[in-house]
Parts: sequence; structure tokens; C-alpha cells
Amino acid sequence: MLSVQQITGGYAGAPVVKNISFEVEKGELFGILGPNGSGKTTILKMLSGILPYKSGDILIKGKNLSQYTPKELAKIIAVLPQHSSQAFSYTVKETVSLGRYAHQKGWFQSWSSEDEATVNRVMEQTGISQFQDFDIQQLSGGERQRVFLAQALAQEPEILLLDEPTNHLDLSYQKELLDLLSVWSKDCGLTVISIFHDLNLAGLYCDRLLLLENGEVNINHVPNEVLKEGRIREVYRTKIEKLPHPRVPAPQMVLVPERSQAESQSEKRVDPASLEVKENLLVLRSPFPLKTMSSGVTGSGTGWNRIFLNRHVSKNYDCSDHRAEMAEFVRNIGFEPGETVGMMTAVYVEDYSSKFCEEETFSVYVVVTAGVGNAVDASKSEVHSHHLTPGTINTWVFVNGNLTEEAFIQCIMTATEAKTRALHDQQVKDSVTGTIATGTSTDSILIAATQQGENLEYAGTITPLGKVIGKGVYECTVMAIQNSQRRIKK
Amino acid sequence: MQKQYIRMYLNNKILAYVLAAAFLLSAMLMGISIGTVSVPPMTIIKVIAAEVLPFISLENTDTMHSNIIMNIRLPRVLLAGLVGASLAIAGAAFQGLLRNPLADPYTIGVSSGASLGAVLTLFLGLSIPFAGMFTLPLFSILFSFLTIFAVLLFARNIERSMKVETIILTGIIFSSFLGALISLMIALTGEELRQIIGWLLGSVSMRGWAYINIILPFFVIGAILLLVNSKELNAMSFGEEKAHHIGVDVQKRKMMVLIAGSILTGAAVAVSGTIGFVGLVIPHLTRLLWGPDHKHLLPLSILMGAGFLIIADLVSRTIIAPTELPIGVITAIIGAPVFAIILIKRKNKL
Repeated sequence: MLSVQQITGGYAGAPVVKNISFEVEKGELFGILGPNGSGKTTILKMLSGILPYKSGDILIKGKNLSQYTPKELAKIIAVLPQHSSQAFSYTVKETVSLGRYAHQKGWFQSWSSEDEATVNRVMEQTGISQFQDFDIQQLSGGERQRVFLAQALAQEPEILLLDEPTNHLDLSYQKELLDLLSVWSKDCGLTVISIFHDLNLAGLYCDRLLLLENGEVNINHVPNEVLKEGRIREVYRTKIEKLPHPRVPAPQMVLVPERSQAESQSEKRVDPASLEVKENLLVLRSPFPLKTMSSGVTGSGTGWNRIFLNRHVSKNYDCSDHRAEMAEFVRNIGFEPGETVGMMTAVYVEDYSSKFCEEETFSVYVVVTAGVGNAVDASKSEVHSHHLTPGTINTWVFVNGNLTEEAFIQCIMTATEAKTRALHDQQVKDSVTGTIATGTSTDSILIAATQQGENLEYAGTITPLGKVIGKGVYECTVMAIQNSQRRIKK
Repeated sequence: MQKQYIRMYLNNKILAYVLAAAFLLSAMLMGISIGTVSVPPMTIIKVIAAEVLPFISLENTDTMHSNIIMNIRLPRVLLAGLVGASLAIAGAAFQGLLRNPLADPYTIGVSSGASLGAVLTLFLGLSIPFAGMFTLPLFSILFSFLTIFAVLLFARNIERSMKVETIILTGIIFSSFLGALISLMIALTGEELRQIIGWLLGSVSMRGWAYINIILPFFVIGAILLLVNSKELNAMSFGEEKAHHIGVDVQKRKMMVLIAGSILTGAAVAVSGTIGFVGLVIPHLTRLLWGPDHKHLLPLSILMGAGFLIIADLVSRTIIAPTELPIGVITAIIGAPVFAIILIKRKNKL
């Protein structure tokens, strides 16, 4: 459809665009990315025939761009610029109708019924029919952008060029516009070439991305290849991290703000002084939010939290919506559920056991409450009937260090293995099967890390971090089981 | 909302042309009828009809009336009409092309260029062989054209985006400079060119039919050139890049519009001197009434501009009769405040 072959050029002086080649197929949604000044807009201007280039060729449907007359070109390529100026108050319909210019013939360029039908159709498609008699100057930025999109579509183009089409649009219009473009490219074979500022939108919608750096092609590939953490960091020279999109298989990049000296709380850390034992409640307040991975009642999953609660509830605690009840409880004692990991247990929390281990470059604080009334052998758990009673072994692991995602997961594995070993050594039995239990039916775990200081990439059982966690959790679990058993005997 | 309503009501284009034509016709009748000797409208119609259709007899008509009509007032009214029409359509086209409601042959300095061309022709006693009486307008047109090019080139050099204010400022600089050159030439020649000063302020009095013959061909050529470019002007009023995207051959069309605008301005200045603000007020008013679509804006500006200048001329010769004011005084008194209002409105919007 469109083939760019080694074009070089720009404005007077040094070329902005250097030796760039790429091809775009019919029906593709092709994104152009790059930092400011990398030549995105320059390329788009060359493609639309506004800016001449010094060397190279641009072929459109196999024919050289310079061989098209402006009218012929307008029937194939339409352009939606970033800003459209309007000095006079034309009506919406007059504005859209201008898009038919290239299709009108002869000296008088009479308005045909086909022109009328096309204009009405594109106004319908872009949802501006109801504004057709309004002045464009009365419309909001988003509505105006849709008017100019309709004008471009009225040209009935085969290729649509867009320069940051979502700029100035609020979120819902951004999505709406890109959804429309996506449908048109898939269903109607419209070829879309668009500049994007927003890497995430580009990754979500584009079939292919061209990443420019200093006027040259860095890479031209599918979004997953282009949007690599290292590459984007290097090209945009900024801290950025990549995450999976929660719903669709597309990469998402997030910015990482620089911390100022004052903000970095390197001396502050989580240690035994942070823990407060109240009646029926363990409270741990971190001086700043910690990155957490947990299975608590509130604040479960991954997130950032500052307050950690382990709450004693009676054995008969029964609530149809225990999450809402817990959130209410958290609020009532003066904390914000949005930054709190809350757990429940039937054990008396005063029987907790904790251990603070200081290593050379990092430290770990483990807090465990354990009761083994519901002990289960996981390998034979199918014989148990399902009934939800509050968790009986709650394990908290706080790490003063910077953990990777893998390390978080390995922390959970290591802590669980240590817990199981503790149950084994304490000869805790599954009351139904009579075998050694591996845990209880509603255990909860929390891994929380300050994400400052030492980078801890792994936390497997024989890594420095894993060793500390394994030992700490084992010892705390043993202690906590003994504490609660002592209370029962009394 | 009120504006919207007015627009909808007046959007009927046939009605627009009927109203504008009625305005022009009544302006013409008033212009011919009113004066030191008052001529009844019926007589005017009769005399003109007899001139066109020889079988109508002029019995019972005062020969003095028919003399006043045919030799003095009709040529004066027609000349005022043609000058007004030329300046208004040129202004409308400049405004569309430059996306600038403040552009007009006077404010962007083209009129001054045309004046310099005319004065230079008289000063040097230039004459183009075979052009005869068209020498003066041809030089005016040439200088209009050179001036607008110089102004645009200069403005673009100051600022690539060519903001409204930049073009107006450039126009003022050029006007002052060209005006100074004219004054210098007048000072150098002594008495002969003193009369030019009066002419420079703009007047359509005592010109006669010869001047109509001078301006008419240029008006027809210029107006047709602009009318066939009305769609392109619509496109270019959204910006040159946008016009290009839509399929307009921008370089060619822009040149056509600039040449046509120069022809109209140059010819108008050659016959009547510099009359300011007609090209500003009329397109603005017309756009306000009937919308910015150049397909209608240009022809309606012709009708409105012609009617407006006829009335301005009428006022200039009757308001403190028997003394006659230069017509440019009247147009400036109306035009300058309108200019100020548009400028304030634009600033508020930004």
C-alpha cells in the first residue's frame, strides 16, 4: 500500500529524517513512536506531500508520491493533524463537506447526491450529526477533533494519517476514537498510520510500531518487541517499567518518578519497634508504604500498603460478607482500608511469635500467629468438606530491601515450605486423615518489601534472603504453635 | 444563541441575494436622486431605461434632470459601486487566504503600494505603448502585487506561523514607508502633483465615464478569478496544509487569489485613490449575516460593498454641503471602530 524507501530530508539545514525505510500493508494500524524531535511529524508531512524530501522514494500503491496531483492524492490519503485552525465560524456540515473537494469535478464543482450521502454517512459514523448546523467554534475540543476526522473520512481515503489524534481528548474519547480506527482498519481495509505520544495506547491498538530515534529507525516490529523496558528507557532516556495489561495481551509502560534526597527514607525501616500488640489485634505501622503481595482479607493481591493488621475474631465469627465487615472494622479503628492489609484469625494474637534478622545489606522481620485446629494435609485435602473459618496460621514477612517480582513469589514458596516443615516437626496431624498436616485450611501470608536499598533478585531457599526467611518463618511458626498450645492446655 | 438564530433565519441564500441586491439598488437610487438638485426616483428609472432601450421616449422629462443623471450622478454612483465592489471582494479573499478577519487591502499595505505605483507613473510621466489610459492602473496593479508579496515574505521571515498581528504590523510598516516615498515625490515636484494629495485621500467625484471604462475590465477579470476559487478559499481558510490535504493545489490557487486581489485593489486605487476599510467592514458584516462560505460570501460582498460605498459617497458630499468630504474619511470613521471591535473580540477569544 505504502512504501517508504530510504528517505532523507527535513527543513533547511541538517536533515531531520535520515535514511528511513518501511512498508505499510493495506488494513494495518501502524504506529509511529519516538521522543520529541525524533522526526515523527516530519515523516508524516513527507507522506502527505507537504514537505519535500532530499533523497529516497515514497511509493503509494506502487506509484511515486510526486507523480500524484494534489486532487488524486487527496482521494487516497487523508490527514488528521494535531491542531486544526478555524479562523471563521463555518458550520459543522460545511466543514465536513470540504472533504469532498477532491471528488468534485468540473468548473462549477456541483454538489452531487453521492457527496451528500457520503457527508451524512461520515457524520453519522463519527457521531456529530446532531451538531451539523452548529458553528465549529462553539464545539469542545473533542467534538471539533471528531468534525475534522469526519472531514478526513469524507475524502473516502484508503490511507488515513494521524498526528497524535488523542491529544486534547479526554479518556473516553481517546478510547472511542481508537476503537473506531481499529474497526475501520479491520473491517473496511482502511490503512491507518498514526503518530502516538502515549506508548500504552500505541501498544494496545497498533498492529505494528515504528520507533524513531534521532531521525533514524530504531526498530519496526510488533508492539511486544518494540515496547521493551530496556529499549524504551534508552530511546526516551527515562525510567520506565513494563507491566502486563490486566485484560488483553499488550504491554503497558509506566513511568518511575525520581525520588528526591529528602524523600528517600533509607534510614527508616520496618523492625520490631513498628509492631504494636493490642487486645485481640496486632498492628504494624510502616513509616511509608510497602510493596505487598498477600492473601489477606483486605489489601490482598499485589499493591502498596502501610498498615498491617492481624485481628482476632471468635471461633463462631460468621459473616456473609467478611471483606466488607473487615473494611468497616479497619475504618472504625482509624485506618484507611485502601492502604491496609488485614487478616483474621481465631487464635489469640497475643500468642504471636516474631523474629528480626539483620544481615549485612538487608534485614527481615517475621511475625507469625499460629493455631492448628484446622490442620490439613494438603495432599489429601479432598476428604475435607469446605467450610470457611478464619485463618489459623498467618505469616508476615517484612523485607528491608528491593525485591523483584520473582523474589516475591520465591519468598512465598520459601515461607510456605518452612511453615510446613514446622508443622511436621511439631507433629501436627490432620484430624480427618490422621496424617501429618501441611498447613491449615485458611492460612494467610504477607510478603512486604520496602523496595529500597539492596536489590534482591531471588529469594529461593539457598539464597541469602531465602535462608533468612526459611529460618525465621520456621522458628516463628514453631514458637507460635507452642504458645497457642500452651494456652489451650491451661 | 441569538447569533445562531439570526444565522438560521438568514441562511436562506436566495433571500440573502434578494436583500443584498435590494440594498444596492436602493443605494443607487438614493445616490442618483439626492444632491443639490433633487431628482425624483421615477425620473431616474425612466432616463436610464430610455438610455438602454431607445424606443422609450423621454417626453415630459426635464433635460436638466437627464443631464444630471447621465453625465454627473450615474457615472459617479457606478464608479463608487465598482470601487466598493472591488475592494470588498478583494478584502474577503485576502481574509480567507490569510485566515485573518483583519486583512483588507488597506490594512495590509496593498493600497499604499498601488498608490505609490500611480504616483510614480505620474511623477516619471511613464507611459506603456498601446496601453494608453490603462498605463496608470497597470502600474498600480503591478505595485499592489509587489507590495503584497513583500509584506507576506517579510511577515513570514519574522514568524513562520504568520500570526494575524504580525501581518497587520508588517502592513503598517509598509504603508508608512510607501506613504513617505509618496510624500517625498510630491515634495520634489512642487505644485503639479499637489492635487494628488486630495486624490490620495480617496474620492470618486468628477471622474466621468472614462474612469468606469478603466476599472470595469479589471473588476470583471479580478472578480471572476476569485469567484472560481471560492471553494479553494474555503479550504485555504482552514490553513494551507489542510487545504493541501483536501486536494487543493495550494501554490497555484494562492497565486491566483493574490493576483486577482492585486488587480482589484490596483484598479480601484488607480481610479479613486486609497479608500480604507471597505474591504474590512463589508466582508465582516456579510460573514456575520450569511456565514463564511466563500461561494456566497464573495458575490454577496460585491453587492454589499458596492451599496456601502455609494452611500458613503452620498454622505461625504451631502453631510456638510456644499463642501465635499473625501470619501475615505467616511469609510474610516465607520471602519476604524469596526476594526477595533474585531481586534478586541479576537483577543478575548485567545
